Amino acid sequence: MAGQVFSRGFFGKRRTPEQGQRTPPGQYITPDFPVLSVGPTPRIPLGEWNFYIKGLNQKPVQWSWDDFIQLPAKSFKVDIHCVTKWTKLDTEWEGVSVDTLLSKVGLDSRASYVTVFSYGDYTTNLPLADLMNDQAFIAYRYGGQPLAPEHGGPARLVVPHLYLWKSAKWVNGFQMMEHDISGFWESLGYHNYGDPWKEQRYQGD
Amino acid sequence: MQRGIEWQAAILKAIRLETPRVKTFTFTLPDWTPHRAGQHYDIRLTAPDGYQAQRSYSVASEPERVGEIDLTVELVEDGEVSTFLHEGLVVGDLIEMRGPIGGYFVWEAAQSEPLLLVGGGSGVVPLMAMLRHRAAAGSNVPTRLLYSVRAPMEVIYAAELDELVRASPDLKVLLTFTRAKPQGWEGYARRIDQAMLGEVMAPLSSTPRAYICGPTLLVESVATLLLQSGLPRELIRTERFGPSGGPA
Repeated sequence: MAGQVFSRGFFGKRRTPEQGQRTPPGQYITPDFPVLSVGPTPRIPLGEWNFYIKGLNQKPVQWSWDDFIQLPAKSFKVDIHCVTKWTKLDTEWEGVSVDTLLSKVGLDSRASYVTVFSYGDYTTNLPLADLMNDQAFIAYRYGGQPLAPEHGGPARLVVPHLYLWKSAKWVNGFQMMEHDISGFWESLGYHNYGDPWKEQRYQGD
Repeated sequence: MQRGIEWQAAILKAIRLETPRVKTFTFTLPDWTPHRAGQHYDIRLTAPDGYQAQRSYSVASEPERVGEIDLTVELVEDGEVSTFLHEGLVVGDLIEMRGPIGGYFVWEAAQSEPLLLVGGGSGVVPLMAMLRHRAAAGSNVPTRLLYSVRAPMEVIYAAELDELVRASPDLKVLLTFTRAKPQGWEGYARRIDQAMLGEVMAPLSSTPRAYICGPTLLVESVATLLLQSGLPRELIRTERFGPSGGPA
């Protein structure tokens, strides 16, 4: 559009320089942890929970809850950014790096994209490269407590460098693929990749 | 790749006070496209130093109203954007916005199932867009709005809801007051529970499609109760307004 529209009398909330540097464009910092999801919260008994990786790997692998929590765990302190405009700084999680999971499955060299499946039928897609090199983890504890169902428990994917709809709650598994297939929000007008620093909120951004 | 959703400079046409803390803003859009009831727009404010803030607001008006939209905005305590909208805007001002956005929490009059709308506080806004769309499109689908508010003065759209009910025998609006009720009130005066949902849904001839919008606790509770009462998960759609997660 032609010309910048300034909002007369609008100054906004002042942030510290450090907060400003850590807040992507169009985002605001909240101390809360808002809950956003499109349907009822799934409640998965731990005895029925599992996590799988299938598709383009040499052997499909599935972990039960008991197996999964035996995997080497790490702590992660990350900033998270939701496309609905809120950013939360210094969130503290515990879980398993996706690298640890991938090391168990013998990846096929054609695997380039991943569709993430959740309990409750949610899906999201992202390049495999964005799940590697300690950029992503499956979290099952938040703030020192078991992850609450409304925040995605028993376990959710966390990919802090992308908008939070990529960090699928109630995660159930990965499908490794050669080609990219749009997930739930990606099919409903949201950006396919979702980099908050480039403000990739919607298709065409 | 579809065309991007472009920012446009909307003109504020009118401001209406709905409740002491809620105003409806009517904007004229130079590049209007029909929305689907339940969708939202993003608003962007720019300060003199270039600092920008954005928020999402549900459209309250029906898509049949060509060229303009209503956004109903609750004044949030210490809210960066809502405070400016409530206190800084005058008719004729330009505001940057883009939309419509969101393709899941939407209802179209062509859908034939009965409709169960459950709203809490300003969560009624996207549900009102659905009711207005239903009326404008001449839909007769049996419809219930169960609307939870804390106190009588917080009922948004009270007069228009009465008119919609008078105009459509298939529409009923049921209020529940959770903190203070009107004098002589004989209706619901408690948080939404299983019994209340059962009574509201009982007259519907078949399984409804449910849309729930409001504070997280209300949405979590109602969605769970509806699942427990046998409504299939795929017929329950939710939209949650934070503690600060929704429009601020």
